[in-house]
Amino acid sequence: MTAAEKETVSAGGNKEFLTATVGKQVFGIPVLQVQDVLREQKVTRVPLAPKEVAGSLNLRGRIVTAINLRHKLSMPDTPSEMKTMYIVVEHKNELYSLIVDSVGEVLSLPDRDFEKTPATLESSWRALALGIYRLKEQLLVILDVPGMLEALFVKDDAAA
Amino acid sequence: MDDLIQEFLGETTESLNALDSDIVKLEKNPNDKDLIGRIFRLVHTIKGTCGFLGLPRLEAVAHHSENIMGRYRDGSLQVTVDSVSLILEAFDRIKEIVAGIAATEKEPAGDDSVLIAKLDAVFEGKSPSAAAAPPPAAAQPPAEKKFVPSADQLFEPVKAENYSPPPPAAASAPAPVPAPAAEAPKKSAAAAVPPAAPPAEDKSLRVNVEVLENLMTMVSELVLTRNQLLQILRTQPDSPFTPPLQRLTHVVSELQEGVMQTRMQPIGNAWSKLTRIIRDISVELGKKIHLDMRGSETELDRQVLELIKDPLTHMVRNSGDHGIETPKERLAAGKPEEGTIVLNAFHEGGHIVIEISDDGRGLNTDRIRKKAVEKNVATEEQIKNMADAQVQQFIFAAGFSTAEKVTSVSGRGVGMDVVRTNIEKIGGTIEMKSVWGKGTTFTIKIPLTLAIVSALIVEASGERFAVPQISVQELVRLSSKGENKLEEIHGTPVMRLRERLLPLVSLTKILKLEDFDNGRANKQVIVVEVGAQTFGIIVDRVFDTEEIVVKPVSPILKGIKLFSGNTILGDGSVIMILDPNGIANAVGKVADAHADTGKTADGAHVLSDNERKTSLLIFKAGEGAPRAVPLALVSRLEDFDVKKIEVSGHQKVVQYRGKLMPLIPFSDHMKPKDHGNQPVLVFADRDRAMGLMVDSIVDIVEERINVQITSENNFGMLGSAIIHGQAMDVIDVGYFLSIAHNDWFGVKSDGKFQKKAGPKTILLVDDSPFFRNMISPMLTIAGYQVTSVESGHDALALCNAGQKFDIIISDIEMPDMNGYEFAQKVKAGDSKWKGVPLVALSSHATAQDLDRGKAAGFNDYIAKFDRESLLRSIAQLGEAA
Repeated sequence: MTAAEKETVSAGGNKEFLTATVGKQVFGIPVLQVQDVLREQKVTRVPLAPKEVAGSLNLRGRIVTAINLRHKLSMPDTPSEMKTMYIVVEHKNELYSLIVDSVGEVLSLPDRDFEKTPATLESSWRALALGIYRLKEQLLVILDVPGMLEALFVKDDAAA
Repeated sequence: MDDLIQEFLGETTESLNALDSDIVKLEKNPNDKDLIGRIFRLVHTIKGTCGFLGLPRLEAVAHHSENIMGRYRDGSLQVTVDSVSLILEAFDRIKEIVAGIAATEKEPAGDDSVLIAKLDAVFEGKSPSAAAAPPPAAAQPPAEKKFVPSADQLFEPVKAENYSPPPPAAASAPAPVPAPAAEAPKKSAAAAVPPAAPPAEDKSLRVNVEVLENLMTMVSELVLTRNQLLQILRTQPDSPFTPPLQRLTHVVSELQEGVMQTRMQPIGNAWSKLTRIIRDISVELGKKIHLDMRGSETELDRQVLELIKDPLTHMVRNSGDHGIETPKERLAAGKPEEGTIVLNAFHEGGHIVIEISDDGRGLNTDRIRKKAVEKNVATEEQIKNMADAQVQQFIFAAGFSTAEKVTSVSGRGVGMDVVRTNIEKIGGTIEMKSVWGKGTTFTIKIPLTLAIVSALIVEASGERFAVPQISVQELVRLSSKGENKLEEIHGTPVMRLRERLLPLVSLTKILKLEDFDNGRANKQVIVVEVGAQTFGIIVDRVFDTEEIVVKPVSPILKGIKLFSGNTILGDGSVIMILDPNGIANAVGKVADAHADTGKTADGAHVLSDNERKTSLLIFKAGEGAPRAVPLALVSRLEDFDVKKIEVSGHQKVVQYRGKLMPLIPFSDHMKPKDHGNQPVLVFADRDRAMGLMVDSIVDIVEERINVQITSENNFGMLGSAIIHGQAMDVIDVGYFLSIAHNDWFGVKSDGKFQKKAGPKTILLVDDSPFFRNMISPMLTIAGYQVTSVESGHDALALCNAGQKFDIIISDIEMPDMNGYEFAQKVKAGDSKWKGVPLVALSSHATAQDLDRGKAAGFNDYIAKFDRESLLRSIAQLGEAA
C-alpha cells in the first residue's frame, strides 16, 4: 500500500475516489494518487512495447507512459470515433496515464460499503482490483494502480 | 605547482578548518566516539597523503597527533584540556607548514622536535600534567628559553626509543640542525606566509556534484523549451516575439555552455596515472617505452571522464605489455630501441577523439584466427573467409588474449571486451587498426557530454525516431536503378556501397511497424557503424538534426533493447531514440533467421552465439578471488546469528524452517565467525536443504560466461570463468550437496518425481558446456541418469547407434542444427526415437517460441532457469512414457 493510500484510509472512515468508466464498468482510483486528468492527447506509439502500453505523451515537459486499461481488462479496443480521457498517476517518480473512456466525479465513500474482491472474479480483473464498493445503483471496482504498474515492469532478473 | 600538491593543499586546508571546530567540540564532549573517529580519520588522511607526497615534516607532526587520537579512540587516554590544546597546537603547526608549501611549493624548513616530544609524552599517558607544563613553556618567548631545552632533553630520549620506528627517523632528520631556538624565526616566517596561502582554497570552489547535475537538468529542460518556442515561431514569421526569443536563444546557449564548462575537466586528469604505469611496465618487463601525451588539456564532461578512466588505463597497459617489444626484438626488427606510445586527444565536432597508438608489434592475426577457433567464437570455415581487419575485431570478444604468456601486467584475457562495453555504454565507439610489425592504433570517439546529444530525426511507417548522430556514418538515397539500388539475397536486403556489400535492415521490419509505405520510392539508408559491424538502416524519410536531451525510458519499456531513451522534440511530441547497438544485435538475430545469409554478417554477429547472459551470485569465501554460483541454483540467501548454529556430531547445523539444516563451510581454511551473523547460501532440493557458509555475499551480476572446465580433480569447482573482468571460480553445487547429505544422490528410489523402478535415462542436448554442467548434475540429483551431448548431430548419432532414452531435453539456440530442426528430425516418420518425449529448454520462452516448439514436435517448452518446471515436466512425461 502506498503512502497515499494510507492517507486515504486514515481519513475518518471515508475515502475519496475519482471515478472513471471503461467499457460498462465504473472504476475508482484513490484520489490522492491522481496527478492530473487530461483530455484527448497526442500519443506517440512505442514499437515493440507490451500491448498494454499505448505509447508516450508529453505532459509539460515530462514524458508520460500511457497505459491502455482496456487491454489490461481484456476488453475490446475503444471504437475509433470515441474520445478517451487520461488519468495521470505517479509511481516511483515516473508518470503514467491510464486511458479510460470517461472520467466521472469524485466520491467520498464510507468504509462500511467496502468489500473484498470476490474470489470468483476473472483473474485478470482480480489482479487489478483492491476491492469493491457497493454504490446505490452499481458496484465500484477500486483499481490497484501501483500493483498494476509493477506487474508491467521489466524484470531484470529474467534470463536473457 | 604540481597538481597533486595543489589538490592536497585545497583538501587539507578544508580538513584543517573542520578539525579546529571538531577538536573544540571534542573538548566539550570528550566521550563522543563519532567525533573522535572523524578527527582520527582526517588526521590520518593528512598523514597518509604527506607520506605519499614526500613531506616529512608534515607527516611527522600529523603522525604523532594521530597517535594521540588513536588512544582517544580506543578509550585508553582521557581527553583533557591540556592534551586538546596540545593537539590544537599541532594543528596550527600543520597549518603553518601547509601555508609554507602553498607559498614556496616546498616544505618550509623548521624543527618540530619539541612539539613532537610533547605529543609523544601525552601519547604515553604518563605526563598529561608534565606535558601540560612544557607546552606553554615551549610557546613562551625566548625569555624563558632556558627551560625549554631541559624539557626537550627530558623528552628526547623517550622519543628516541619510541615504539614506532619510522617517526623518530623522520623527526630526527630535521632535529639535529636547527635548535629549538629556530622555532621563533620560523614562526615569523610562517606569519608572513598566510597572505599567499588563500589562492589554494579561494580560487576554486567545491560544489556538490549533485548541484551541478541538477543545474544541468534544468538547463536541458530550458533548451527543450526554447526549441519548442522556436518551432512555434517558425509558423509565425512576423511575430513580435522574434527579437526577444532570439535574445533568449542566445542566452540559453551561453548558459548551456557555462554549465557544461563547470562539468568539464581536462583529460590529463585521467592520464596522470599512466606515466607511472608505463614506468612500472618498463621496469618489470625490461622494455624501453616512451609515453607521449598530446592534447592533455582537452576538456570533457567529468561524468564521461570517470567512465573512460579505467578503459584508457587498461588500453595503455595493454600497449605497453603486448604491443611494445623488448629492445632486442625491436633492434632486430630495425626499429629504434625505445618504443613509443602516443596518447592523443582532440575535439572533433561534438565529440572527443582519443587515439592510443604504439609502434609495437601489432596484432598477430594468425594467432587470433587460431584462438578464435579454439575458443569456439567462430568456425574454421568462417575464419578462413574473414579479412584480417575482421579477425582483429575478435580481441573485443570476451576471454580473448593473444599474449603467449600471462604476465602480472596483463594477459589474463580480461579486458578488451570490457573496455568496449564501457565505451559503448556512454554512446562512444572504439576502432582498432593494426599492422603486423608496425603497431596498433585504437581510436575512441566519445560524446562530449551525455546529457545533450545531436540526433538525426528519421521516419519509418509514419513514426518518427531519433538516431544519435555519433553512430551515423553517412546517408544514402536508395534509387530504383543504378548504383544505389536495393538488392535482395533470399529476402534479405543489401546494397552495394563503394565496392562493398552493405547489409541492410528495415526499420519498419525490426520495429514491427505496419508496412503501409512499402512501394515508396526515395527511401533513405542510414549507414551506421557499431563496433566492427557496418550496416544500413532503411527509413522512409530523414528530417533534420536536432539537439535532444536523452531521457531514460519508463521502467515498463526498459525491456526493448532497440531504444536507448526517449525525448521531447521541439514540436512537443515524444519520440523514441534508437540504440544502434541494440539494432546491431537485432540485425544479428535477423541474420540468424535467414540461416543462409547469416554467414555474411560480420565478426560481431558470430559472437552473438556467445552472448547468453547468466545471473550469477558472487561471494567471498576463504582466500583468493571471489567465487560465483549460478543464481538459479541458489534457493535463498540467509544470515544466521552464529549463536543459533549448533553442532551435531561433526556437522554444524542450524534450525531452519522447522528442520535441521546442515551447514558446510566453503573451505576448511575459512575461519568460523564467533559473533555476528553468518551469511549462508541455501540450496534446497525438494524437502532437503543445505547451507553453504561463506564470508560475504558480494554481488549479483548478469554476465556472459564461458566456463573453462578444469581437468584436474578440483573438488567443488566447475571451472573458472571471467566475470566482471575477473577470473572467478564457479562452484559445483553438486559437490557440496553430496557432502551435506551422503545420500543426496541416493534418493532416487523414494523421490517423488520418480515412481517407476529403475532410473530414467535422459539425453541432454546443449551446445553450452556451462548449461550442460549446470543441468546435468541437477537432473542427476533428482535421480535421473543423464547423458549429455553438445549438438543435435551428436544426439542423432547416438540414435543411429541404437541408444535409447526415456526423455530428451534439447536446447533451442544451437549452431548448425537448432533445436527445432533437431526436433523435426527426432519426430520424423522413420526415426527410432519417434516416441520419446522431447522437452525444449530455452532462454527465450515467449508464447511465440512455445508455438513454434510445439509445431516442431516438442512435448514441452521450458525456460532455462525454471528448474521446478523442468523437473515437473520430465516427471510427468516420464510417467506417461
